[in-house]
Formats: sequence, C-alpha cells, structure tokens
Amino acid sequence: MIRTLEPIISKQPFFHGLEERHIAFVAGCAKNVRFDEGQIIFREGESADEFYLIREGLVSIEATVPHKGSVTVHTVSAGEMLGWSWLFPPHHWRFQARTQKATRALAFDGKCLRTKCEKDHDLGYELLKRFSHVLTERLESTRVQLLDIYGTSH
Amino acid sequence: MVQAIEPQVAPKDASTPILPRPLRIRRLIEETGDAFTLEIEPANGAGRYPFQPGQFNMLYVFGVGEVPMYISGDPVGQKTLQHTARVTGAVTKAMRLLKAGDSIGVRGPFGNRWPISESAGHDIVLVAGGIGLAALRPALYQLLANRDKYGRIVLIYGARTPEDILYWNELESWREKYDLETCVTVDRASVDWRGNVGIVTALIARAPFDPSNAAALVCGPEVMMRFTVMELQKRGVTPDRTYLSMERNMKCAVGFCGHCQYGPHFICKDGPIFRFDRIESIFGKAEI
Repeated sequence: MIRTLEPIISKQPFFHGLEERHIAFVAGCAKNVRFDEGQIIFREGESADEFYLIREGLVSIEATVPHKGSVTVHTVSAGEMLGWSWLFPPHHWRFQARTQKATRALAFDGKCLRTKCEKDHDLGYELLKRFSHVLTERLESTRVQLLDIYGTSH
Repeated sequence: MVQAIEPQVAPKDASTPILPRPLRIRRLIEETGDAFTLEIEPANGAGRYPFQPGQFNMLYVFGVGEVPMYISGDPVGQKTLQHTARVTGAVTKAMRLLKAGDSIGVRGPFGNRWPISESAGHDIVLVAGGIGLAALRPALYQLLANRDKYGRIVLIYGARTPEDILYWNELESWREKYDLETCVTVDRASVDWRGNVGIVTALIARAPFDPSNAAALVCGPEVMMRFTVMELQKRGVTPDRTYLSMERNMKCAVGFCGHCQYGPHFICKDGPIFRFDRIESIFGKAEI
C-alpha cells in the first residue's frame, strides 16, 4: 500500500521537493479515497481528523449563513489541498466540504501526521511551510474577494 | 517574442475627432442585473463601423454627459456597433434608459489594439474580470475567425456572482463550436452554482496553455490585473508577452486634455493596451 502511494504523493505539487524519507513518512499516514458527486466530505463542527489532496474533481467549501442556508466561499480542484483544521486545536472543521463532481483524493490521517511531526521537526517544518503557503494564498484570495472589485469601478 | 503593437489607429474621420456623430440605437440588450449592451446603427446606410479589437469610443448621452467605452462587438462580421456597459454613474444610468430609435453621440474609434495578428502561432490566454470581458470579446471574435492560426486559446474569466457572468450563452456556443477552453470563476455563489468559486488568478496556475509560447491579454479592475500579472509570471509568461488594457479618466480621447496621463503615457492616445514591460516600472503604484 505504502509503496503504491509514494510515487503518487511525490507527484503532488503540494509535496514537491520533499525528501524521500519524508514522503515515506507521509505515505504511512495516507490512503486513496473517492467521493460521489454531491457527497459531504466533512461538516462544520465535526472532528477534523484528516486533510485531503484532490487528484481529480471539484469540491466546494461551504459556510452556513442564517436565513440563507449554505454559501460556497471557495472551491478546490485537482492538485489543491483541502482542510487545515486537523493541524490546529481544537481540531474541528470550521466549514463544510461537498463535492460538485465525483472526486478522487488522497486522505491523510491528521493525528498520525501530528505525531510524526512532533518526532521529526524537519518534517514538521517542511509541512508547515507548505501549509503556510496555502494559507497565505487563501488569505490573499479572500481579501481580494472582500474588495468586491467587480462591483465598483470597472 | 510577440512584436510590439501599433500606436493609435486614427479615427476614420480624423478631421473631427472631438465632434460626436449622432447615431441611432437599434436595440438595448439586458445582459445581467446591472450590465447591458447597446446595439447602434453604424451610420446612415454605411452598414459597418470599422474598428480594431481593444479600441474604444466616446459615447455621449445628449444632455447628460460623455463616457469612454470599449467596443464589445464583432470586428469581422459585425452588423451593428456594440458597447457593453455596467451602470456605474449618471451617464450609464441614462444610457440604459435609451430605446430603439433614440440617438446617441459617438466619437471614435480611439486607441490602439490587442496584438492579435502578431500573436499567430502562439497559445493565447485571455484573462478577464467583470465588465473587462467586453474589451476582450472583439479579440475573441477575431481569434476564433482565424482559429487555425493559433495554438490553444484559453479564456479565464472572473465575475462577481453567477448572475453577473456576461455573454454566457455565447461562451457556451463558442466552447462547443471552436476549440476554446473557458475557465470561469465567481467571487461568491449559492450552493446551486456548479463551478469554481474564488478569484480569477487562482485559475491561471492550472489553465491548459504553454507559458513558454503564450501571449496573455488581460482586462479587468487594476487590482485583479496586478495579481494576474504575478500569476502569469509564476507560470512563466514574460512581461513582453503580457498585454494589459489600462483605464484612466479619459475625456478628449485624442491626447489633448491630459486627464488620462499615466506616467509618460496618455492612455487614450498611447493605449489603452500596453505591453507590460513598458509600464512595469509604474504599474500598481499609488502615485507616479
């Protein structure tokens, strides 16, 4: 199982440049998963035990807004990472994730990875750098969305 | 490398560049909740309004005021002069109330053009934000009319909401009829929307084009273009193959009044299309 996933994991943009021994570590916490169209991957408030790298498909990240129901705040597609609540206490999902199309992904066991990162700080630092990069991109994206640039001048 | 684009294409009737010609509205098409397209009879019996993709006209609503507006129609097989606008102020508000048979003052066409013929043999990436798609639509018409001269053609388009997407039916038909890749995203949506949500620049990283052989044509709000240029450069599209359509407060449209001065350039006369390496040192600066 691990041998099968290592080449797949090493090809993911998120893990580019990670040392082979670290890929092997990460692969030990990974599994392949599939979701049907319209399936809920995780729900707001539930325990956040995993994160995902999308290999194929499209996933909506949704927030529940009183009197409006669910609103899509972002979408994630092939090559992108989904979920960081597993990394920070209290490890509960802040948003809901639902597939828009049939989706294939790699799922990583958050508790397994946290344990390995505590033992190997080099791996922990490498992973945190990658998550920080994604967090920065999502923050920038959210800031631009908040500017409502298409609603004002142009 | 894509060659430099030509300077301003002079209006056909250059003797009267500041005198509006009264033309008749053929019809007004409601595009979205706040955007509309004006179809204007080219001239009395002329049947054509020659222009190049990327050029703009000054449109004068009599008794209200004059605004610059990109020509949004087909430069190849056009039967009417088309302009697509969002209601943003008094002039566009009054413009939206015009009916078939009403008159509107037209000066132009002004400005330079997108480097369409110079980009033959390249992949073409068009990145549009909001109403900026109107300025790129004539380029798309011209590209698709000569589809075999280009590599991949990719349209990356961001709108506010699904309801604000311009020319939706046309985009769908182009996608089916031609080899056109369209990547659309919106800033926010209900869960009924089956598509991307997020800023338009997020689509650049995974759009299907060869960055080493691509020309990028970009039009949208300046903030969006700033992030777009960064993403294009990350993909490997160089500044000399990146073209932006800039917008400033254009008044005379012929380089006399100076309202649209942008560093050493006048947007109306030297632009509105600029190769990025030529404005890189002043682009994105609050004060020049």
